[in-house]
Amino acid sequence: MLALVAGFAVWGGLSAQQLPSVSLKDVDGKSINTKDLVREGQPTLICFWATWCSPCKRELNTYAEYYEDWAEETGVEIVAVSIDDQRSVRRVAPYVNSVMWDYKVLLDPNKDFARAMQVINVPHTFLVDGEGNIVWQHNNYAPGDEEEVHEQLLKLAE
Amino acid sequence: MKMRLIVRALGVVACVFSASLLSGQTQDPGRISGNVQMLWQSYAEDTLIGAVVPPAKTGYNAYGNVIYTRGGFSAGMRYESYMNAVLGFPGRFKGTGIGYRYARYADDERGVDITIGNFYEQFGSGMVLRSYEERALGIDNALDGMRLILRPKPGIELKALYGKQRLDFDSRLINGPGIIRALDATIELNDLREAWYDKETRWRLGGSFVSKFQPGTTISKDTLVLTLPQNVGTWSYRLDVQRGKWAGGLEYNRKINDPSADNGYVYRNGEALLASLSYTKRGLGINMSAKTVDNMSFRSDRDVLLFDLPINYIPAITKQHTYNLAATLYPYATVISGESSASAEVFYMIPKDTWAGGKYGTRISFNVAAANSLDTTRYAPSDGSDFLVRGYERNSWGFGDEKFVRDVNVAIERKISKKLKMKYAYFYFEFNTLVTPVTTDFKGLVYADIHVLETQIQTAKRQSLRTEIQALFTEQDKGDWGTVLLEYTWSPNWFVSVLDQYNFGNPDPAARVHYLYGAAGWINGPHRLSIGYGKRREGIFCIGGVCRAVPASNGFEVNFTTSF
Repeated sequence: MLALVAGFAVWGGLSAQQLPSVSLKDVDGKSINTKDLVREGQPTLICFWATWCSPCKRELNTYAEYYEDWAEETGVEIVAVSIDDQRSVRRVAPYVNSVMWDYKVLLDPNKDFARAMQVINVPHTFLVDGEGNIVWQHNNYAPGDEEEVHEQLLKLAE
Repeated sequence: MKMRLIVRALGVVACVFSASLLSGQTQDPGRISGNVQMLWQSYAEDTLIGAVVPPAKTGYNAYGNVIYTRGGFSAGMRYESYMNAVLGFPGRFKGTGIGYRYARYADDERGVDITIGNFYEQFGSGMVLRSYEERALGIDNALDGMRLILRPKPGIELKALYGKQRLDFDSRLINGPGIIRALDATIELNDLREAWYDKETRWRLGGSFVSKFQPGTTISKDTLVLTLPQNVGTWSYRLDVQRGKWAGGLEYNRKINDPSADNGYVYRNGEALLASLSYTKRGLGINMSAKTVDNMSFRSDRDVLLFDLPINYIPAITKQHTYNLAATLYPYATVISGESSASAEVFYMIPKDTWAGGKYGTRISFNVAAANSLDTTRYAPSDGSDFLVRGYERNSWGFGDEKFVRDVNVAIERKISKKLKMKYAYFYFEFNTLVTPVTTDFKGLVYADIHVLETQIQTAKRQSLRTEIQALFTEQDKGDWGTVLLEYTWSPNWFVSVLDQYNFGNPDPAARVHYLYGAAGWINGPHRLSIGYGKRREGIFCIGGVCRAVPASNGFEVNFTTSF
């Protein structure tokens, strides 16, 4: 135990948090590795959500109104990662299409990606830069948070 | 003992890496990430709602995850504390120590991924194997052993694992007695050849085999002495097809005889069939599913019940509701011994700039779910050994006579103006409390109507008020309920909320109680702190398909989460 703590303690200057590598399926059934979500020089907004999570849906429905503008301004791509388990995972595609999200939607039914990203509860939103570094995160959604996201995107685009 | 060894091994690995770092090499030192969650509750007595004070007067659960990653290597652990466990958690969770630890090496390029120690895994839909953590419910059936995943070529994934399952925590991880051995294969046909990759129709095939071993001898039933099977196998086949706007799935599972506490120690085989079909296009989504599950409870200890040591996961057919009265009074959970069920759901967006759609469009959802008993014929005691050994025969995959649940719900959501959003939802439930015992006050079918009106108003820049007004009407059980929720938020950092649940229609006037609960919170990046005070109703708390009964309580609650 001590060895472990000591071992961890010795690593002082560790590099910034990076996007972990987890293989998932998207809503179309295609396999994708989360490492490949990073787009060189361009930001990615990763939002963990579930069909049973009302604030998550409020968040992503709000971002949808601004997505076109944000993408034009900053080149951002939004990735919505559903943690719906087998009870509700088949509701994801119908819901996403009905509300017309243009996001990349991934399925994480046993929370492998959520665990790797240290997500405890949803909504949890991460902003990842063009090198795969996690530069900002927020574990909540309240109306108005979209302004904060926009500011962070602009800051990153500078 | 084994755990100590692994922790030591992790420590040694950590030291080796540190040493290589100190030796001045410019290689990647790796990264540490983690999260921490703390939950504290204080308790005051309230005889009116049945809130009691446990001997320790407060409850405290804490969890800290730390993961070290360097290239394809990662190692992690979770430190857990229950001093004592908050009410509603398994009270036997005690002490403080390491409840989860693993080391993993993944070579993505060559398609090799190996884990030793604890891991979570799901095969297909989880009907034959799913290990997962639902911390808020105190559920964690993490496997402890070894897992190998191979991806020899694109489109093929093979998994093999050996392990025991987490059962308990007493200052350390305690596993159950059974051994689990499992294999799974998934083939993405389209990924096998480049020419097939962009074909409109996508095919996915899968198969699993899971076996458990538990020592056992014999059981006596009446005059019969029966040998308990020590090895129990279960397997499944699955097919998923996707073509344009359509998607369909089919899964069949079978389990050989597995006498257990769940099925009254009968020797019937288990069987399950799941089918689903969906159609979606921009603005419209339709989803239908049907499921018959017969005697598919599967645990790594035949003698345990409820949340202990499940190897598989059987989700409920009903939608997971989010509004308080719809979600917590009559939540349905799959009847584990067997049920036949079906559901359908439609999501539709009435286009914007139409009369019905308004300026921004209007979202509508409609959902219906039903579950009944299996269509079976029970053996009578006069049938002799069949009665004792087999229990019943299933006549078809269809519905039996006993109604378990009906759930019909509709929601309409509309943005009225830039500053105002409204949503109305209606729910109709028929709920059999004999098979899903969510209440002790009533046995039989509860008929309930629920209405919810939610509004969200932007009051100032980055400030908004959200309200929910809910009413539940029923002649049965505790009668009518009303709920009012007010939530005020200052984006992005603060919130306050007040919730009042009022059992105004309780047949017993003395039980017409207000459950008033206030909370405030601060959120900053990954950090989240909330403090609440008030009365919490005795009820059922569900996440995903699993529900746990939570006792009534009265007092403070502090919840803090962070990640790094």
